[in-house]
Amino acid sequence: MDTFINFFNAAVLAGTPLLFGTLGEILTEKSGNLNLGVEGMMFMGALSGLAAVFLLEVGLGVEMSGIMAVLLAIIFAFLAGAFGAFLYSVLVVSLRTQQNVTGLALTIFGIGFGNFFGEFFGRNSPVGFVTISLSARQGFANLNIPLLSDIPILGPMLFNYNILVYLAVALAVGLAFFLNRTRWGLNLRAVGESPATADAASINVTRYKYLATCIGGGICGLGGMYISMVTTSGVWVHNSVQGFGWIAVALVIFATWSPSRAFIGALVFGGFTVMRFYLPLGIPMQIYDKFPYLATILVLIVTSIRQIKEHSPPAHVGVNYFREER
Amino acid sequence: MYNDTNTAQPAIQTHNLVKTFDTVVANDHVSFDVHKGEILALLGENGSGKTTLMNMLFGIYFPDSGEIEVGGKEVTIRSPKDAYDLGIGMVHQHFKLVDIFTAADNIVLGLDGNPVLNRKAYTQEIREISDRYGFGLDPEKKIYNMSVSEKQTVEIVKVLYRGAEILILDEPTAVLTPQETERLFVTLRNMRADGKAIVIITHKLHEVLAVSDRVHIMRKGKSIATVNTSETNQKELTEMMVGRSIDLKIDRPVCEGQCDRLKVEGLNCLTPDGVKALQDVCFNLKAGEILGVAGIAGSGQKELCEALAGLYPVASGQITFCDESGQETALVGKAPKEIRALGVNMAFVPEDRLGMGLVANMDMTDNVMLRYYDKGKGPFCDRKSSRALAEGLIEQLAIVTPGVSKPVRRMSGGNVQKVLLGREISSAPRVLIVAYPVRGLDINSSYTIYDLLNQQKQKGVAVLFIGEDLDVLLELADRIMVLCGGQVSGIVDAATTNKEAVGLLMTQFSTGETREEVSAG
Repeated sequence: MDTFINFFNAAVLAGTPLLFGTLGEILTEKSGNLNLGVEGMMFMGALSGLAAVFLLEVGLGVEMSGIMAVLLAIIFAFLAGAFGAFLYSVLVVSLRTQQNVTGLALTIFGIGFGNFFGEFFGRNSPVGFVTISLSARQGFANLNIPLLSDIPILGPMLFNYNILVYLAVALAVGLAFFLNRTRWGLNLRAVGESPATADAASINVTRYKYLATCIGGGICGLGGMYISMVTTSGVWVHNSVQGFGWIAVALVIFATWSPSRAFIGALVFGGFTVMRFYLPLGIPMQIYDKFPYLATILVLIVTSIRQIKEHSPPAHVGVNYFREER
Repeated sequence: MYNDTNTAQPAIQTHNLVKTFDTVVANDHVSFDVHKGEILALLGENGSGKTTLMNMLFGIYFPDSGEIEVGGKEVTIRSPKDAYDLGIGMVHQHFKLVDIFTAADNIVLGLDGNPVLNRKAYTQEIREISDRYGFGLDPEKKIYNMSVSEKQTVEIVKVLYRGAEILILDEPTAVLTPQETERLFVTLRNMRADGKAIVIITHKLHEVLAVSDRVHIMRKGKSIATVNTSETNQKELTEMMVGRSIDLKIDRPVCEGQCDRLKVEGLNCLTPDGVKALQDVCFNLKAGEILGVAGIAGSGQKELCEALAGLYPVASGQITFCDESGQETALVGKAPKEIRALGVNMAFVPEDRLGMGLVANMDMTDNVMLRYYDKGKGPFCDRKSSRALAEGLIEQLAIVTPGVSKPVRRMSGGNVQKVLLGREISSAPRVLIVAYPVRGLDINSSYTIYDLLNQQKQKGVAVLFIGEDLDVLLELADRIMVLCGGQVSGIVDAATTNKEAVGLLMTQFSTGETREEVSAG
């Protein structure tokens, strides 16, 4: 039982950055923008969240409280991700560049941005690398919720995580509610399904695309920040985000564009990434790394056989919209 | 019901609207008006600027110059939202609906209101509107489960739900059966009695005469005239629309010595879901005849065309091609290319016009070359002769285009169809399968195409004409085969039958029953 709880805990911790990235990309794709820059935006968020706390602590020579550090990291990581997505939006929505190419460019830009400033700040740091104080780090430690955390089995399984895990879960629930039950969600889905229809229904397609893409990018940024703050415990590690963004893109397909299924998918994929530590099968490590992608292919096959219309990608994802196109 | 146009304030009025695309003037100083409680028909050929004009009223396009007045006040319409705020609603030629949403969700799309959706409340409101005008719409049905006429109903209810007082309908009858059209006209008259101003775009003259109070005629982007429907007739309207007098009668030359060219026996085809798309289809297609195919959309027309051309898998049955010397060749199992080499050509105009047959982003030369890509020396294409052929087509068929090297998507629908058909005819076919060749075309272009088909027929080509407009089928075809739910419900002599008889055959088996019957079998 203990092994299972440990495995579950590890899966949740590994799945959370994926969940952020997936939710951000679902929101983005619902607007019809296929932003392949998730990896880049996660790098930007990872660096910015960490650097904001680091630079303020070094600059003022203080140790920040946990709460402050969390807030600051969330704000700056979100802004960094949103900034990357904004660049993407300007290019894709306003200038109508090809989406895949632009997304790949953003990935390359984001990786460079993160690694360059990570090294640059580290070199000028008193300790030789970017890191934050112990008290700031406390903000990202596991919470101990009175009563709930003490329930046997369920306590350690559900109520003993850091605050970002709960933020991700809340985001998933919120996004599901937003998309399915609110007017704006309905309008946004229409933009991704059929922008011409949305336009004729007097929806401001451009505004929805910009907002969904930028907020989605911001959420991806939070996923990156989770990695630099929790996974690597507030230390900048070169290339720390590597690959997570791409798995998130695959997870969007796995989840068939549904935030609630993204939640399950992130847990499963998180489980795959840590499986080699808990389920030794005597196979090379690299094969474990392939499991998420194999699962994605399986889901693609199953969904395309079942052909449920609601599980299809937004009909106009990847296609730019120009009202007067004839 | 019908206000005196001289005294009442028009519901909407335009003065000298101008809109240009690149170098083409789509609307050239257009002025017209429509009153409350009136149905105005906007009549014009393809490319005469009807849709452009309506799109400006609805805020899709912004006019280069000119004024629009709503209820006597000058207004600026920058977007569909502005249009809705002014009480203008439009039902587009191509439906603007989100497939995976329910009817109700589509109807409330884009509206302001409580951020959290109250599905129960608006579903109820939509039911009430539907009942008031007798639409019989199920608000909770998903669009992808709907027939074309149901989708159109959703579009109309959407406009009414938004409180539109001015309704614009862009070619609403193009996709409907005669019975559905009649039902639509009944609801339009209900709305007129309710005091709405209605603009209906169409180029079917008998519909103009049946439903409208006044007619505004456009030609080449200009306003030609506005006339009272009660004081005009088909001939006069046609002359104003085309700019010269044309004979409305479609020729039906009789060809001697018809022999069987294509024999189809017991043809069965299955859809990917295992449902029978075609069931025991038997017919003969003779050289020198036009065999019309009538039927409600989706009765197996597409599958039939594709099966003949070798593009659709045949479950069982025979398709036999007989040449002049009486030699017979079985077509089932042959590759499309071999079938084409025998002279069986197909020109299919899908609903979106460009989906099959032409590549939208390629220019005319390249599209013509798609048929002859394997001609030329070794690995090199012979572009020169394709270019010459394309230029020949432009001249022969009076195709309006900015040039042979411009992408075909820039051309208007009628011209695209002429390219498609012209290309097929240029390869001297022996069997010509045309599906919906005049879909969305105006009278002038339609008659050019009818003439082309008759020329082919007189050359001894066997023509299979899949059509939508029964009036045309009755006049043009020698015989009419009616498809219903994938079965042949009758083959009749076009000269002696009438529209009602064919209409009945089209619905001989109610679609629901047939589907069950078929899937069980």
